[in-house]
Amino acid sequence: MAIQSATSEEGAVGTATDSRGRLVTSDGTPLRRALERANRRRKLTALALVAPLLAFILIFFAFPIAQMMWRSVDNPQIVNALPRTLVALEDWNGQGVPDEPVFAALHADMMEDLDRPRREQAIGPLGIRLNYELSAARSAISRTARNVPDFDAPYRDAFTDAHRLWGQPELWQIIKREGRPLTLSYYVAALDREYDAEGNIVKRPENRQIYVSLFGRTLALSLAITAMTFLLGFPIAYYLSTLPMRYANLLMIAVLLPFWTSLLVRTSAWIVLLQQQGVINNALVGMGFINDDGRFSLIYNQTGTIIAMTHILLPFMVLPLYSVMRTIPPTYLRAAKSLGATPWTAFRRVYFPQTLPGIGAGGVLVFIISIGYYITPALVSGQSGRMISNEIARHIQQSLNWGLAAALGTMLLVGVLVLYWLYNRLVGTDSLKFG
Amino acid sequence: MSSKLKLIGLSSAVSVLALSAAAQDPVSLTVVSWGGAYTASQQRAYHKPFMEANPHVTIINDDGSANALASLRAQSQAGNVTWDLVDMLPSDAQLACDEGIILQIDHDAMLAAAPDGTPPTEDFLPGSLGECFIPQIVYSTVLTYRPGAFEGAEQPSSIADLFDVENFPGRRALQDRPGTNLEWALYADGVDPDDIYDVLATPEGVDRAFAKLDTIKDHIIFWTEGAQAPQLLADGEVAFATGYNGRMFDAIEVEGMDAAIIWDGQVVEWDGWVVPADGPNEEVVMEYLYWATDTQRLADQAKFISYGPARASSAELVGQHADLGIDMAPHMPTNPDNYFAPIVLDNDFWVDYGDELRERFANWMLQ
Repeated sequence: MAIQSATSEEGAVGTATDSRGRLVTSDGTPLRRALERANRRRKLTALALVAPLLAFILIFFAFPIAQMMWRSVDNPQIVNALPRTLVALEDWNGQGVPDEPVFAALHADMMEDLDRPRREQAIGPLGIRLNYELSAARSAISRTARNVPDFDAPYRDAFTDAHRLWGQPELWQIIKREGRPLTLSYYVAALDREYDAEGNIVKRPENRQIYVSLFGRTLALSLAITAMTFLLGFPIAYYLSTLPMRYANLLMIAVLLPFWTSLLVRTSAWIVLLQQQGVINNALVGMGFINDDGRFSLIYNQTGTIIAMTHILLPFMVLPLYSVMRTIPPTYLRAAKSLGATPWTAFRRVYFPQTLPGIGAGGVLVFIISIGYYITPALVSGQSGRMISNEIARHIQQSLNWGLAAALGTMLLVGVLVLYWLYNRLVGTDSLKFG
Repeated sequence: MSSKLKLIGLSSAVSVLALSAAAQDPVSLTVVSWGGAYTASQQRAYHKPFMEANPHVTIINDDGSANALASLRAQSQAGNVTWDLVDMLPSDAQLACDEGIILQIDHDAMLAAAPDGTPPTEDFLPGSLGECFIPQIVYSTVLTYRPGAFEGAEQPSSIADLFDVENFPGRRALQDRPGTNLEWALYADGVDPDDIYDVLATPEGVDRAFAKLDTIKDHIIFWTEGAQAPQLLADGEVAFATGYNGRMFDAIEVEGMDAAIIWDGQVVEWDGWVVPADGPNEEVVMEYLYWATDTQRLADQAKFISYGPARASSAELVGQHADLGIDMAPHMPTNPDNYFAPIVLDNDFWVDYGDELRERFANWMLQ
């Protein structure tokens, strides 16, 4: 617009135009194109500047997350180990024990596998995979594999003699059902469900259900911790924001100092304070408030998890709140009061709504960090304060069931994204103010 | 005087060795173990003497054993194996072996025979050798109690007493995993130690074990890390704690904690070496293994920590603690006075049924 108007008004006076009356630069290229080129160059420079960060995020964030999601459905073990058996099983109706041709194919698959170099053998991973679905399937595989070279036809008897599981339809149903390159079985397990004999997804026996209630507990604990940090953090942030800058900075260091201390040290300090023979209980007994048998259980339960994590995450609430509160002019409150509002009404109607962006930012930060928190619950949670991240870590590090860990991790990720989306719908992320 | 002379003799012997080995290229071995007192005992019994005899070798300790299984798999999948030797439990070794990420071991061909010529497969304790696993030590999970908790009353002496909250009140610190706890529940319920895993393989047996655990559930604190158990005892938080016998020995004998070990029903397990497949220095690792798992070396480790050597021929060579000067034999899990009712941990059972029982146990803990 500006250029057009310049042309119409001043074109005749100072600027060069080409034969068709378009503006050109001093070297004769049309101005529009020159501008486009300059713009493109600026964009490229900007892209080059963010490229390292972009590459970093792709390599260390987007790619691992994609890989995790892939692992939660990736299911190569059975397909790799038993190609012939799976073909032979196509005709099996899922009832009873399969017939001799299936066992002959199983024998051929195992013999071929034993000829491969150790590193490429598919039998070991097969046993581990089947054991996720059926206990003792691993030893059925490994013990049979050792004796397979000595087997003679009819193979059906040889296999069922080698291990009882070969004579049970359950193992064969699993091999047929999971003999596909992709599986949903990790998600089925992560939702406390399993397949029945007909292949329907049903609930697990009550005494083996853990993950759904653990997700619920993680959510509840995270909400409780977020609420606690808000209740404790709001007055602190308010007080800090009313102080002159030099005192506020000094006190801010007091808020940040624990933040800079090692996480393990702070968690251990809470153990010293909260345990039954700890400082708090000893003081209460010493002052006669409780007797020796009535010591409180403050740690190795949910109370301990909430106390320790609230303390650790408090700065994440105080900092956004403080930075928002500093920008609220005190004159607004004075104006409200001078117009007849009581102090409470002035706070509620005028001050509090202006702190909402800070509350939103602090709440989202604390909630998202605490939902995936790991070290503190591992140390102070006992049996009732465990969170889903502890289970995920166990499957990664100890049981080596990375498929299940990936399924649980993906569900946690999707859960957080859904909650964030909900927050966005209800409150709006535009209102977030992180500092 | 004499010790000084010995020192001179030793150092000159070392320098002669150093000269003879000077021609070899320097090698650095990354040995992964559990850290703390355990790595220290390996450092003093194995690594240091080996490095003195082979000056071209440097051994670097990595305290990564707790998560070794996951790291080994990650290294193997990335095609970049940086570990040379890993200390792990036999059940983890079996999983890694099934995956093909550690080497298979031919024990008689790769390891030293006993001084009297007994081949390794006969010299190592029965059931301790694995397809890919070379045992070093026998350790056990034992029940420990604080005598102060039962002052003036009868003191506990068996696993059954752990489940007797009437006569032995107080909180109990148990490890937050089904292993050991389920075995003890059945043992206290009257199952013979030899039959425990047969019973536990049946649904009724599992129900029976959990029913027994239910009787003490309100008195349990669960611990996760090995160091927590002696700490809970020392702080007076609990009356009983289960723990590894070496850590309990350290807390009682070295730190002077007031506690006593109950050897009844000790759950015995091995710990040992595995060799990652495609490791960078396989040849040197094999030399090291041949030397570090011979009869004398395994006996030497017992000078520094109260775990029993995994070779029968090492038992008579176990002497005194290097720093405390106390006789180590009475503190060994394998000492006949302690080994009267052992439960030998069945690793095959736990690899097979571990997932299912852990889920059940986690569910039980959350109830």
